[in-house]
Amino acid sequence: MRIICPHCGARDRREFTYQGDAVALERPAPDAGGAAWDDYLHNRENPAGVTRDLWYHEQGCGAWLVVTRNTVTHAVLTTDLAATVREGLA
Amino acid sequence: MRLDGKGQIDRNSPVSFSFDGRRYQGFAGDTLASALLAHDVRLVARSFKYHRPRGVLTAGSEEPNALVTVGQGAAQDPNIRATTLELFDGLEARSQNRWPSLEWDLLALNDLGAPFLGAGFYYKTFMWPRAFWEKLYEPVIRRAAGLGALSGQHNADTYERAHAHCDLLVIGAGPAGLMAAKLAADSGADVILCDEDTRTGGRLNADTQEIDGLPGALWAEEITAELAAMENVRIMTRTTVTGAYDGGTYGALERLPHAVASRKGAPKETFWRIVAGQAVLAAGALERPVAFRNNDRPGIMMASAVRAYVNRWAVSPGRAVTLFGNTDSIHRTAADLIDAGVHVAALIDARPDATCDLDLRFYPGGQVCDSAGRKGLEAISIATPSGIDKIQTDCLAMSGGWNPSVHLTCHMNGRPVWNPEIAAFVPQPGMVPGLTAAGACNGQFSTHQCLTDGLTAATTALQALGRRAAALKSPRAEDTPYAITPLWSVPGKGRAWLDFQNDVTVKDVKQAATENFRSVEHMKRYTTQGMATDQGKSSNTAALAVLADATGRSIPGTGTTTFRPPYVPTAIAAMGAHAQGTGFAPQRFTTSHRASLDAGAPMIEAGLWYRPSVFPAPGETHWRQSCDREVGMVRNAVGVCDVSTLGKIDIQGPDAAKLLDFVYTNRFSSLKPGRCRYGLMLREDGHVMDDGTTARLGEHHYVMTTTTAAAAQVMRHLEFTHQALHPEWDVSLISVTEQWAQFAVAGPKSRDLLNGLLDKPLSNDNFPFMACGPASIKGTKARLFRISFSGEQAYEIAVPARFGDSLFRQLVARAETLDGGAYGMEALNVLRIEKGFLTHAELHGRTTAFDLGMARMISDAKDCIGKTAAQRPGLTDPDREQLVGLKPVGAIKQLTAGAHLFTAGDAPTRENAQGYVTSVAFSPTLGHFMGLAFVQRGPARLGEVITLVDHLRGITTRVEICDPVFFDQDGGRARG
Repeated sequence: MRIICPHCGARDRREFTYQGDAVALERPAPDAGGAAWDDYLHNRENPAGVTRDLWYHEQGCGAWLVVTRNTVTHAVLTTDLAATVREGLA
Repeated sequence: MRLDGKGQIDRNSPVSFSFDGRRYQGFAGDTLASALLAHDVRLVARSFKYHRPRGVLTAGSEEPNALVTVGQGAAQDPNIRATTLELFDGLEARSQNRWPSLEWDLLALNDLGAPFLGAGFYYKTFMWPRAFWEKLYEPVIRRAAGLGALSGQHNADTYERAHAHCDLLVIGAGPAGLMAAKLAADSGADVILCDEDTRTGGRLNADTQEIDGLPGALWAEEITAELAAMENVRIMTRTTVTGAYDGGTYGALERLPHAVASRKGAPKETFWRIVAGQAVLAAGALERPVAFRNNDRPGIMMASAVRAYVNRWAVSPGRAVTLFGNTDSIHRTAADLIDAGVHVAALIDARPDATCDLDLRFYPGGQVCDSAGRKGLEAISIATPSGIDKIQTDCLAMSGGWNPSVHLTCHMNGRPVWNPEIAAFVPQPGMVPGLTAAGACNGQFSTHQCLTDGLTAATTALQALGRRAAALKSPRAEDTPYAITPLWSVPGKGRAWLDFQNDVTVKDVKQAATENFRSVEHMKRYTTQGMATDQGKSSNTAALAVLADATGRSIPGTGTTTFRPPYVPTAIAAMGAHAQGTGFAPQRFTTSHRASLDAGAPMIEAGLWYRPSVFPAPGETHWRQSCDREVGMVRNAVGVCDVSTLGKIDIQGPDAAKLLDFVYTNRFSSLKPGRCRYGLMLREDGHVMDDGTTARLGEHHYVMTTTTAAAAQVMRHLEFTHQALHPEWDVSLISVTEQWAQFAVAGPKSRDLLNGLLDKPLSNDNFPFMACGPASIKGTKARLFRISFSGEQAYEIAVPARFGDSLFRQLVARAETLDGGAYGMEALNVLRIEKGFLTHAELHGRTTAFDLGMARMISDAKDCIGKTAAQRPGLTDPDREQLVGLKPVGAIKQLTAGAHLFTAGDAPTRENAQGYVTSVAFSPTLGHFMGLAFVQRGPARLGEVITLVDHLRGITTRVEICDPVFFDQDGGRARG
């Protein structure tokens, strides 16, 4: 598997550390309530298909990435800097 | 027998080798198989289950029969295919799976018991008594059935692994692959051309067709020379591409020729990971046998293999050859044999409308229905419309048609499609993204079709790469149409082999169908069809055709089994090259490593780091003696310890304080420059992630320390917090763990020691507890921190790593003049347990600030990571297990980590568990064992005597719950 790092180009997946669903970018407010926090911390879909998750280019530039990929075909569809995605949410 | 005049062997380079102890001579260019056939050695192996005599069937890597063991002792290598084993001087090969010898194999008795050894026999025969299976049946079956054996010794051979990148990977260097590589190379693409053979050309080396008026092999040589001269082409022979993986990644196994591999330090095999923008699969096709009674005798071979032996290796596998099949392959083979002067006894073409323009005995519409001969073929029986004919022959060349080598196209779960015109499975486009099949593996069987298909595939690949294809015309070549009438098995009694390597017959497959193992995957597992080291390369298609017939379904309706990498057997040692022994994980050494070894310190692993456990003094024979002395040294004089392995993260920028306030439970924005503070860090789910001290070096400059174990995790977490949650904050992070060598100087005499070394002297007033700041040693810049993990007055001094070795030696030498010295991990651990300080034994991922008695460290005045989740009722339940100290009060004075705790009088069962012990040590300061533990409502139970039970070590004793700080509870010593 290869991931295209926006800084470094296409790299082997061994350079990256996997983190989990990209919902982690959408941290609720402290008073958002139990349900919102449960969804943020624990409740996850397990899609056969397109998923967005976080990868850290640990053996490279140190960038956190949002990788959109297909769990069935293993195709990596898009890669964005987590910082850019987060700025878009703000 | 060896033929005159022909072939690609070098008759001027004789090579001497042995097989089963007998010496023979072959030539450079021979394989073990061709050299043995040249000496009329037909019996080379015994079969897996029935110990039937077996000979060479093929001339390639798909060989199921001719497996041998090469080498002796630790270098013994079993199951090497004689058909791809290059002959070298001094080669010693042995046959396998026979006793006492290949000629006289007593286990051939199994063949007589064949009626009891059919599909699934062991499921049925050895059911009872149950206990006999493991003790008796299985060992006996394993000894009787099998292939070659491993030596059982450590493999001393060297293997290598490597990475390569290219625009286009061409897999297979036959006519299609060569054309694809040439077009791509001419178009400027970076090309890697792999072929598992020792030379390029593929079938052109084995056949006699011409290309552009040149013999095919010569044409291949010329185009290969042109490619080899180009800078953008890399030709890798002896390299089998073993698998297709995600993202254009391919695995490939390169076998180095013996002359190279036998050099000192040279690898035997290299496992490659090749990353290609596009790939062309030109893997060719494999000829498939026909199943008929006793079709497994030595001397019965594939027609294409016979042609290869005649044309490439100048060997005739027989003196009176017969041919049987359903394609023109047998006619071509007969013509080549006649050209070479070999007698052809008969040609049996199963196609009723077949014609033959050769001058020989011809049986159109005939079928070979049986063979005879004790240890090799002597005669065949032919079923004709007018009855059975018997013919004397010592070699039968058979052909049941060709199977395209679609394997790699299916490695990402794709399934091939059935093409009835060629009675074979062919790949569908797009089964592996970026991979285009070309030539025979794409169902294009004439040389002309292969050449043009190679060009087409390369054009497709170049287009995908965004390159314009150069102009290249396909050369002239034969374009004979492929005509086949499917023939999988000849009807009749007796055993007709499908899978030669696993001894699976037509009868076994039919029996599987009868017993309702109708799915092809069930049939495979019930009969073991295709499960041997050749993965059923020459037998799977025929087996599923038989299954389709037996179950009344079509072949495509029956489907194929799953194709998985690797395409050929691949040594784990090659894939894991350099990952054995110390290569298993990286080793990290501190700057004091050499000095610690010089002092005789045994090193222990802490993550990837190596740290000294103790520094034994003369006369000390047990680590406890050294450890107790070192603890006393720190409590009474001064000790020096390398703490460089703790993670150090440099944090700078106007928003550095904001980041720290957010990742730590407590405040760091209020910390004054020149001061340090202990911080606690939570995961977002409310559990403790890590702890450590962070120093504020300047208004916008902090240095955070983490525990050794969590250094990488904390760095990742800080980067996540910054990039993914607050990218708007102006702050930069970098790990400086390896840039600074840092040493703890601890004990009542620590200041005396440092004052002898520092350019500016310290006092308790100018550098109080938790101070930090710059310092210098003879002009060398250093950083000084007044922090303590021992509870004593202590400092940590950091210098650029290049001064680490020198400073450590100086510190230890000066400590020794003050009745102190170096201390190791064991003493460090005792010192911190005496003080109730935490490590990852306590911060194990399931404990909260509440559990650790640190709930008040979560600031009310600000948000932080993990704060909301930490307030969940379940994480602040007073019944939770909480941190306490333990003292022994029972007869057994030793405490053990990992033991469980029970209320006195309760049975020591899981449902009664009150908690567990995380850390223990003998305290020389207190004169008894002490432990840290988590106990339900622990802080409310101080003074209660409970039971400690270590089920693993068989220890039960009584312990008293106490405060986790055993020594100097008001902390006066650290401030002094």
